[in-house]
Amino acid sequence: MSKSEVHTSEDQVNASRRSFIGKTAALTTAAIAPGLFLHTSAGARDPSQAVTDKVRWGMLIDTNKCADGCTECVSACNKENGLPDHGRPASDPQWIRKVKLRDNLTGRETNLPMLCQHCEHPPCVDVCPTGASFKRADGIVMVDRHVCIGCRYCMMACPYKARSFIHETITEKPTHAPRGKGCVESCTLCVHRLDRGETTTACAEACPHQAILFGDLNDPNSELAQRLKSEPSRQIRADLQLNTGVRYTSI
Amino acid sequence: MKKMYFREWAIESPKYWGILAFLGLFIGAAALSVLYMEHEGHYVTGMNNQVVWGTPHVFAVFLIVAASGALNVASIGSVFGVKLYKPLAPLSGLLAIMLLVGGLLVLVLDLGRPDRLLVAMTTYNFKSIFAWNIYLYTGFMVIVAAYLFTMMERKANQYTQQMGLLAFVWRLALTTGTGSIFGFLVARQAYDAAIMAPMFIIMSFSYGLAFFLLMLIYTFKAEGRPLGDMILHRLKNLLGVFIAAVLFFTIVYHLTNLYVTENHALESFILVSGGGYTLAFWVFEVFLGGLLPLAILFHPALGINRNWIVGAALLVLLGGLAKIFVIIIGGQAFPMALFPGQTVIESSFGDGINGQAAQYMASLPEVLLGFGGVALAIAGTLVAVRLLKFLPRALDDESLDTQVAKH
Repeated sequence: MSKSEVHTSEDQVNASRRSFIGKTAALTTAAIAPGLFLHTSAGARDPSQAVTDKVRWGMLIDTNKCADGCTECVSACNKENGLPDHGRPASDPQWIRKVKLRDNLTGRETNLPMLCQHCEHPPCVDVCPTGASFKRADGIVMVDRHVCIGCRYCMMACPYKARSFIHETITEKPTHAPRGKGCVESCTLCVHRLDRGETTTACAEACPHQAILFGDLNDPNSELAQRLKSEPSRQIRADLQLNTGVRYTSI
Repeated sequence: MKKMYFREWAIESPKYWGILAFLGLFIGAAALSVLYMEHEGHYVTGMNNQVVWGTPHVFAVFLIVAASGALNVASIGSVFGVKLYKPLAPLSGLLAIMLLVGGLLVLVLDLGRPDRLLVAMTTYNFKSIFAWNIYLYTGFMVIVAAYLFTMMERKANQYTQQMGLLAFVWRLALTTGTGSIFGFLVARQAYDAAIMAPMFIIMSFSYGLAFFLLMLIYTFKAEGRPLGDMILHRLKNLLGVFIAAVLFFTIVYHLTNLYVTENHALESFILVSGGGYTLAFWVFEVFLGGLLPLAILFHPALGINRNWIVGAALLVLLGGLAKIFVIIIGGQAFPMALFPGQTVIESSFGDGINGQAAQYMASLPEVLLGFGGVALAIAGTLVAVRLLKFLPRALDDESLDTQVAKH
C-alpha cells in the first residue's frame, strides 16, 4: 500500500467522522434551539424557578382589528379554563367578554374584549380581607382559591367588573384551572401556559384578526413593547392611575 | 336619685317561651335558607356578578350599624355623666352586643365559603378595611362585655366610666370602619365619598336608639314594670334629633354629588328615574323613615303618646333598611362608568347597556336570612334579660330623681 493510498483512506475516515459530528451537532441544535430561543426572547422562565419581576406580562388590544360579532377570544377562554355556560349570563362566570361601544358625540362604534386589566396597583388586592387576591411578581393578578372566603369585596372594588363569583356547583374542571363554588375568580392571563414556558394566552392565540397582542411589557425588544412605544394606546379608567397591564388602541 | 335595683325579666313562662318559639321560627327559616343557598350556590338568590351584595348585606350592615348606636344610651350615662341614663346602660350594652351578633351572622352566612371563617380569622391583609373590621367587631364585643361586667359587678363599678369611654371611642371607630367599606371604593360612583363614614355614624345613632326604645318599651310593658314618661320623652326627643341629623347628612351627600357633573347621571338615577330605588329613597327613606317620624315625635299630642312613639321608632327602622338598600343595592345597580363619554350598546355581561341599571330582585331565602338575624338579636336580648339582672325594677318618674332629670 502506497503512502498516498494510506492518506486517502485516513482522509475518508476523518471526513465521515467530521460529517457525523457535524450532523449530530446540527440535529441537537435544531432540537434544543426553539426552546432556548423562546426562553430568551420572551422572558419565559424555567418552571422550577420563582417568578420574578423581570417580566411583566401584558397585552395590547387593537380595537380597529376587533371584529363586530366575533367572539372567538371568549370561546377560547371558556374552553381553555373550563368555564361553564348555564344560560344565565348575569351569574355565569365571564373572564373575558365582548363589549360594543358608541361614542356619545361622534357615534363612532368600537368593539373590544374586556378582561382583568392586571393593574400594577389593583384595588381588588387592596380590599381583600384575607389576602386571597394577590399580584404575582410578573404582574398577573390572581385569586388564591384556598384563601378566598367569597366575600366579594374585590368585585365591589374592581373598576372593570372583571371578576366573577362562582354561583353554581362545578362538576368538571381542567386540572390546570382549579375552580370552586363560592369563590371569586378572573382572567389569569393563562398563567398555567406561562408557567409551562409557553408565551401566549388562549384568547390571543384564538383571535382570527390578530387584535390581541400578548407579551412582556418589560422587554424593550418584545413586539408588544415596540408597538406600545410606537403607537398611541390608552388604559381604561386611566384617571384611577392603576397602571394597567392591558392597553387598548383606537378607543 | 334613689338607689336603683335591677331584676330579671319575669314575664310568665308560657308567654316567654311563646315569644322565643315565634322568634325561633324566623331563626329556623333563616337556617334553612342558608343551607339552601350554600348548597345550591348563589345563583338561586337575586345576586349576580353586577349586584354582588344583596339583601343579606342590607340587613347585616343595618344590624351592625344599629349595634353601635344601641350603645349610645350607656355612653350618655357613663361618658357624659347623665345620671338619668345610667339605669338604662346594661340593656343598652346588651342590645349592642346582640345586634352585632345578629348582623355578623347574616354577613358570615352569606359568604361564598362560610366554612372558611377560620381563614378569615387567621389570615389578614391589613390594607383591607374589611380586615380591620374583623378586629373592630370582635373588639367591640369584648369591650362592651367588659363594660357590662363593670356595671353589673359591684367591685368593678369603679372602672365603669373608663370602660364606657373606651367602648364609646371603639363604637365610633367601628361605624367609621363600616362606612369606610363604601367610602373608599373608587370603582362605583355611588360610593367613593368620604362622607360615608360620618353618615354611617349618625345613622347608627338613629337606628340604634330606635331599636333600644322599642326593646325598652316592650320589655317593660310585657311585664308591667313602670316606665315613666320623663325618661321616654327624653329618649324620643333625642331620637328626633338623630332623625334630623340623618336627613341632613342625606341632603349633604346628594348635594355634593349634584355639584359634580360626572355624578349627575347617578343622582338622576337615585332621585328621579331609578324605579324601585327612587321609590325606596323618597317614600321609605325620606318620608316614612325621616319626615313622618320626625313630625310624630315633635307633635305636641302624638309625640307624647306611647303608641305613636313606638310607631315612629318602627318607621325609623323601616327607613333605615330603605336607606341602606338604596346605598348598597342602588349603588351597585347603577352602571359603572367604564367608558366615560361612550355608551355600551352590546355586552354579554350587562355593563349598563344603553345606560340600563343592573337587575336585582331579592329572593325569599335572602329576606328570610335577614329577618333571621333580626330575630336572633331580639331573642338573644330577651334570653339575657330573663337570666340576668339587666332591667331596672322601675323607671317611673318618681323613681328617677327630678333633680337628676334636670341635669
